[in-house]
Amino acid sequence: MTSVAATAAHDLRQPFLSLAGIRKAYPGVVALSDFSMTVSPGEVIGLVGENGAGKSTLMKILGGVAAPDAGMITIDGVERSSLNVADSMKAGIAFVHQELNLFDNLDVAANIFIGREPRRGGFLALVDNDRMHAMAAPLLRRLGAGFGPSTPLADLSLAQRQMVEIAKALSMDARLVILDEPTSSLPISETERLLETIEALRGEGIAVIFISHRLHEIERAVERVVVLRDGVLAGNLDRGEITHDRMVKLMIGRDLKAQVGTHEAKVGPVVLAAKGIRTEAYPHHELDISLRSGEILGLAGLVGAGRTELARVLFGIDAPLGGSIALEGADVRIPSATEAIKRGVFLVPEDRKAAGVLLDLPIAENITLPDLGTHATGLLVSRRKEVATAERERQRLGIRAPSVMTRTGSLSGGNQQKVVLAKWLAMSPKVMIFDEPTRGIDIGAKSEIYRLMRGLADNGVAVLMISSDMEEVIGVSDRIAVMHEGLISGTLDKKDFSQENILLLAVGRSIG
Amino acid sequence: MTKKDLGLLILILVVGAVVAAINPRFLLPINLANTANLVGMFGISALGQAFVIMTGGIELSVGSVIALTGVLFVDLVANQNVPWPLALAIVLVMGVVIGLVHGLLITKLRLQPFVVTLCGLLIYRGLARFYTKDSTAGFGFGQKFPELEFITAGRSFGVPNSFIALLIIAVIMWVVLHRSIFGRHLYAVGKNEEAARYSGIRTSVVIIAAYVICQVLTVVSAVYFAMYTRSIAPSAHGNFYELYAIAAAVLGGFSLRGGEGSIIGALLGVVLLQELQNLVNLLGIPSSLNFAVMGTVILIGVIADQQLVRFRARRTNDRKQVAALPTAAGE
Repeated sequence: MTSVAATAAHDLRQPFLSLAGIRKAYPGVVALSDFSMTVSPGEVIGLVGENGAGKSTLMKILGGVAAPDAGMITIDGVERSSLNVADSMKAGIAFVHQELNLFDNLDVAANIFIGREPRRGGFLALVDNDRMHAMAAPLLRRLGAGFGPSTPLADLSLAQRQMVEIAKALSMDARLVILDEPTSSLPISETERLLETIEALRGEGIAVIFISHRLHEIERAVERVVVLRDGVLAGNLDRGEITHDRMVKLMIGRDLKAQVGTHEAKVGPVVLAAKGIRTEAYPHHELDISLRSGEILGLAGLVGAGRTELARVLFGIDAPLGGSIALEGADVRIPSATEAIKRGVFLVPEDRKAAGVLLDLPIAENITLPDLGTHATGLLVSRRKEVATAERERQRLGIRAPSVMTRTGSLSGGNQQKVVLAKWLAMSPKVMIFDEPTRGIDIGAKSEIYRLMRGLADNGVAVLMISSDMEEVIGVSDRIAVMHEGLISGTLDKKDFSQENILLLAVGRSIG
Repeated sequence: MTKKDLGLLILILVVGAVVAAINPRFLLPINLANTANLVGMFGISALGQAFVIMTGGIELSVGSVIALTGVLFVDLVANQNVPWPLALAIVLVMGVVIGLVHGLLITKLRLQPFVVTLCGLLIYRGLARFYTKDSTAGFGFGQKFPELEFITAGRSFGVPNSFIALLIIAVIMWVVLHRSIFGRHLYAVGKNEEAARYSGIRTSVVIIAAYVICQVLTVVSAVYFAMYTRSIAPSAHGNFYELYAIAAAVLGGFSLRGGEGSIIGALLGVVLLQELQNLVNLLGIPSSLNFAVMGTVILIGVIADQQLVRFRARRTNDRKQVAALPTAAGE
C-alpha cells in the first residue's frame, strides 16, 4: 500500500478464483469440510494429500461435476454456490488427467482440436486441416514443444503427450490447468520436461494446480502447497516452508519415520543369475544381472531402458532373444509365466489393472488364481480352502476390505496392490520382481509395501525392484543397478547412492 | 440362480401363461414334448457356444459343422454300413479336430475368432455340399437303428431323450464352468487375458479347450438334428444355427466381451427362444415373421437388462456411499 508499484504487483496477483468454506458430504462421509483456497494468475500450487483426503472431490467441484453442499466459489468477483461443467470450462479451468484422453491414430493438431475442428466446405463440413495445423503450431511453440502439429501422436513420449493435452487446454483459453498425477508414470528426464512446461505456463500467467504423490517434484515445481487430510485443509505451505518432511507430517498428521534405509541386509547366495539376456527392446545388447537372497536390488533407469522387458523375460511372459538364466545354480528355461511361477519366480507387474489383478473377481479368487491346484479337491475348486488362504493373507497384509469376497476393483490402489502381493506370498517366492510397485499408491500404503518387500528379503527372498521413483530406489534398495539402452550401465553400493550417480548412469555416462 | 436368471425365468413363465391363455394347445403334451425336443437339440449347441463366448470369442461355423457332420454321420450309418457308435466316434473326433484347428489359429496365429470361424462357416458348408454332391442325405426305407433312434429321437416317460441329454450335459458343463479349476481359468481368461497370463494361466490352452468343447457339443447336437430330420439337405441344414446359439447365450446373460455368463442363463435363453418360435406358430403369426419376432424380443431383452444393470449399479452406489468408510469418498 505504500507504493504504487507494490499495489500494481498486488493487483497482478489478485486471485481470480477463490473457494471459501466449501463443504461436500456424501452419505456417511464428509469428503470436504470448510475448505478454502485461492488461485492467482501464474501461480503454481501443489495439492497433496493421501488417497481419500478429498483431492478428487475438490477436483470434481472445480470441474463442475459435483456441487458443494455449502460454501462459495468466486470467479472474477462473481460469487456462486456451485459450477456446472460449462461454467467451469468458461472460467478457463482445464484438467489434464493421469489417463490421457488422446487418440493414438491421429496427429497432434487433430488431437488438440478434437470435436472442435475448424470447418470448410460449407454444408459438407469438411475438416480444414491446414487451418487446424496453423492454429496448433503457435500453441506448441508457446509450450516449447519439440514437435510439430503434424506429428503422429503415436510417435510421442508420455510427457510429450501431456504437452498435447496442455496445448489443448491453451487452445481453450485455459487460465487454470490442473495436472492430476502427471508424473506418476513419467521417467526422470520426461519429468524435467513437464516441469519446464509448467514453468512456461506460469510465464504466461496461467495458474497451475499440480497434484502429485511425488513430493520431491512438488518441492521443486511449486510456490505454494495446499495439504488436505481427511477432507480438511491441513495446511498451506509457502515457498520457503516447503519441505518433504513438513508435507508428509501434514498429510498424515504425524512424523513418518523412515522405515527403511538404515537396514543392514543379510545378503546370501545368488538365487537367480541371468547372462547375456537380449530382449526385443535392444536385440543387440546383452545384459547380465544376478539377484541375491536377502537383498533388494533396485533397478533404476529411464523409461524405455528395457527394464520392464527384462522383467517380462525373467517371468516368462516374453521369450528372450538370447542368453541364459540360472536359478539356484542350475540352468533353466522359463518359456511361460506358468513355468516361472512353478519355479518360485514371481512378478508384480507395472500395470496393475491390466495385468496384476482381475478387477471383476473377488479378492479371494485373485489370490488363489495362480495356485488353484492346492485349493481344490480333485479338479474342483474348494471354496473353503480358497477363503481360508485369502483370509490368512488378508490379515497378514492388512488388506482393507469388508470381506475376501469383495470385488477387487472396488478397493483402493494400495489395497489392490496388496492383493497382487498376497497372490504371490500365499505361495513361496524365491525371486520377487516388482515393477513400479507403488505407482499411484498413497504414502501410507507405500510404506506398508516397502515393509513387506523388506520382510521378503529378510526371509531370504531375492527381490528385484524396478522403479522410476528416485526416492524409492534410494530409500528401499540395498544395491542399485542402473539400466541404459538394454544394458546395465553400472551398479551402486549403498555408500554411492545418490540421485546424481543414478542419473549419470541412466543416461549412459560413467560416474566421475 | 442370479437375479438375472430369475428375471429370465419369470419372463419365460409370463410369456408361457399368455400364450397358453390365448391358445390352450400350448400346454398339450404333444406341443410341450416337441418344444422340449427342440430345446434339447438347440440347447446342446448353445452350451458349446457359451464356452467360446466366455473367452470373448465367437464360433460362427456351428451351423455348417452341423450340416457337415450330419451328412457324414447319416452317410456312414445309412450307406457305408458303419456301426453307429463308430460313426459317432468319427464325427466326434472331427469336432475335436475342427475345434483344435480353430483354437490354434486364434491363439497361435492371433487371428480374430470372427474371421477364423466365418471362414469355417464357408468351408464346412462347401464340404458338406461337395460330399453329398448337393443331394439330400437320408436313410433308406425300412432302415432301422433302434438303439440310436431311441437315444436320439425317442422318449423316456414322455420326455424327449434329446431334452434329457441336454440336462445331463448341462449338469456336467455346470460343474466344469462353475466349479472346476478349468472353469475358473476360463472366467479369468475371458475377463482379462493379460492378467490371467500374469497369474500363470496357460491362456492359449484354455482358449483352445473352449473351442474344442464347443465343437464337440456341436457335433453331439448335429447327430440329434440329423436323427430328428432324418434327411439332410446340405445347403440348408443347420443354416443360422450358430446365431440361435449366440442369441440364446446373449439372452442368458453372456457378454460377447467375455468373462460373463452362466450355464443356467444359457439354458433359459434357449428355452425362451424356442418358446418364441412356438408362440409364432401357435398364435397364427405368419411364420415369415419368425426371425423378426425373435430379433425384436432379444433386442428388447438386452435393452431391459442393460437398464436394469444400470439402475442396480446406481442403487448399490448410493448404498455404498452410505456405508462407506470416511476415507472412501475423496478417492
